[in-house]
Amino acid sequence: MYMLHPEAQLTDTIFGKEEYTPTRDGFGKALLVLGRQDARVVVVCADLAESTRTLQFKQLFPDRFIEAGVAEQNLATIASGLANYGKIPFIASYATFSPGRNNEQIRTTVAINNVPVKIAGMHAGVSVGPDGATHQALEDMALMRVLPRMTVLSPCDAEEAYKATIAAAAVPGPVYLRFAREKTPVFTTQKTPFAIGKTNLLWSTEQPKVVIFATGPLVYRALQAAHECTDIPVLVVNVHTIKPLDTEAIVQYAQRTGAVVTVEEHQIAGGLGSAIAEVLSQRHPVPIEFIGVHDQFGQSGTPDELIAHYGMDASHISAAVRKVHART
Amino acid sequence: MLLGADIGRIEEKAQAIRETIIDMLVAAGSGHTAGPLGMADIFAALYFHVLSHDPEHPDWEERDRLFLSNGHIVPVRYAAMAHAGYFPVAECRTLRKFGSRLQGHPERTRLPGLESTSGPLGSGLGQAAGYALGARMDNKKFRVYCAMSDGEHDAGNTWESVMFAGNNRLSNLTAIIDRNNIQIDGMTEQVMPLENLRAKYEAFNWHVLEVDGHNIASFIDAAQEAKAIYEKPTVIIAHTIPGKGIKEIEFDYTWHGKPPTPEEARVFLHELRTLKGRITSEHQ
Repeated sequence: MYMLHPEAQLTDTIFGKEEYTPTRDGFGKALLVLGRQDARVVVVCADLAESTRTLQFKQLFPDRFIEAGVAEQNLATIASGLANYGKIPFIASYATFSPGRNNEQIRTTVAINNVPVKIAGMHAGVSVGPDGATHQALEDMALMRVLPRMTVLSPCDAEEAYKATIAAAAVPGPVYLRFAREKTPVFTTQKTPFAIGKTNLLWSTEQPKVVIFATGPLVYRALQAAHECTDIPVLVVNVHTIKPLDTEAIVQYAQRTGAVVTVEEHQIAGGLGSAIAEVLSQRHPVPIEFIGVHDQFGQSGTPDELIAHYGMDASHISAAVRKVHART
Repeated sequence: MLLGADIGRIEEKAQAIRETIIDMLVAAGSGHTAGPLGMADIFAALYFHVLSHDPEHPDWEERDRLFLSNGHIVPVRYAAMAHAGYFPVAECRTLRKFGSRLQGHPERTRLPGLESTSGPLGSGLGQAAGYALGARMDNKKFRVYCAMSDGEHDAGNTWESVMFAGNNRLSNLTAIIDRNNIQIDGMTEQVMPLENLRAKYEAFNWHVLEVDGHNIASFIDAAQEAKAIYEKPTVIIAHTIPGKGIKEIEFDYTWHGKPPTPEEARVFLHELRTLKGRITSEHQ
């Protein structure tokens, strides 16, 4: 039985017939719309136009596409200057390099300087696959979440990635956007609500015992787990905004259920799970189980092999639901 | 055409800026002495001749932009701004104090007219280059200046930005290097040699000028020449004396990052006001 929350307006083909598209494609598509809408939008790239999905923007708006070369520190400082002048720069690279390698430049010249640079980090999570640990960003949300003034967005599919990118352009301050390389199910629709800072309830049951807070493409696996977990009624909440966190909603869901599972393709330390634990430990302490990478680096493999190896697939989420329910 | 009297007026401003630097550093009890004193002549030239700006309207859209990459020498900028009329000179004594707009390293959002936030070295030229590129996209006529240290040429980010500005032919950008040959741990050529700095910039498609950083007329000439270079960004390598104006500390790298004590300041201010004892005045 599907308990999809009607207001979430998810696809009616969910589970089995869904379309697969990488979230980065939603980013690339949104840039084209933004390019037409607002002449202030520029893209700065670090020699990765095709894989960051900025190539089409380059072809359509060559005068507003800026090549920084393989120089991510300069990518951030150039964008700082462009934003300071009055442009709305999107900088695109792999998340391990930006905001990884250029973290201090982002801290000083973007965040302390308070200019509206939009940082698009691609290839987040172990699902990057064969490239291995060096290219699998697992700490980017932590790096960005601790910076004052930074908004942190982690869309769950290509459709939401599109909306998040459009919304990011309108934020007056800096924004970090997290995208994945691998094709993942598109299960939200144009009608699915999206507002920065507002969680979306995707799966609702009568008298739920556990709430699953998930972010990024793993939200889909959380829905699969909910679907499989017929013995324990759960809620699945998509937390696409890691910062500012929708604290009121998170506290209310914890109050309703009394147990929490968090799901993210990121280190447990410093990401979504940490953010939620920080809130609930003060406002409404309940048992929490954390799905994510537990203080390890990634490695080469197929995305599915790696998601399974690091304990982040639907069966692991279901097991965490049972485990946390048993603790209540 | 600059007249001798104009140069004399700017030299007087440089002198006043140096006195304010000593005064504010003593009041702060921490901060950098050598760099700010060494750049006093250039900042006087910038704020009292080169820059098109309006201290009463720091956000004037057509103003020239001055980025300071090596944020630690900001006392010279604060002093120059105060003497130019951005804020009262007395406010300089709030440097590095709680609640002050004059942070230990400059923050754009705290004090109008600063243009950028800096301190961590190597990231100012990129900001200036990005700004210059944005301005060129919109056919803006103002110039972007970026004051840098020589020591921050150890940083890879600096060279990424040098390469970027050269590649993009940012002729609306003038970089000014404080070539004082010192950094925290010693002389630049001992810590990490930078020469041949001219050849390096030329190799990256920059127009390079070298001046005596204490010769205000030649610095102004170089800044004017940069405006006439159409195809390239210009860098002015300004050879300066760290601690300039106070004989005991000139060229002494140990003065990079410390302030004078009140006793030292009395001696230094006397030396500044009497031009090393050669003249006597009511200040004695």
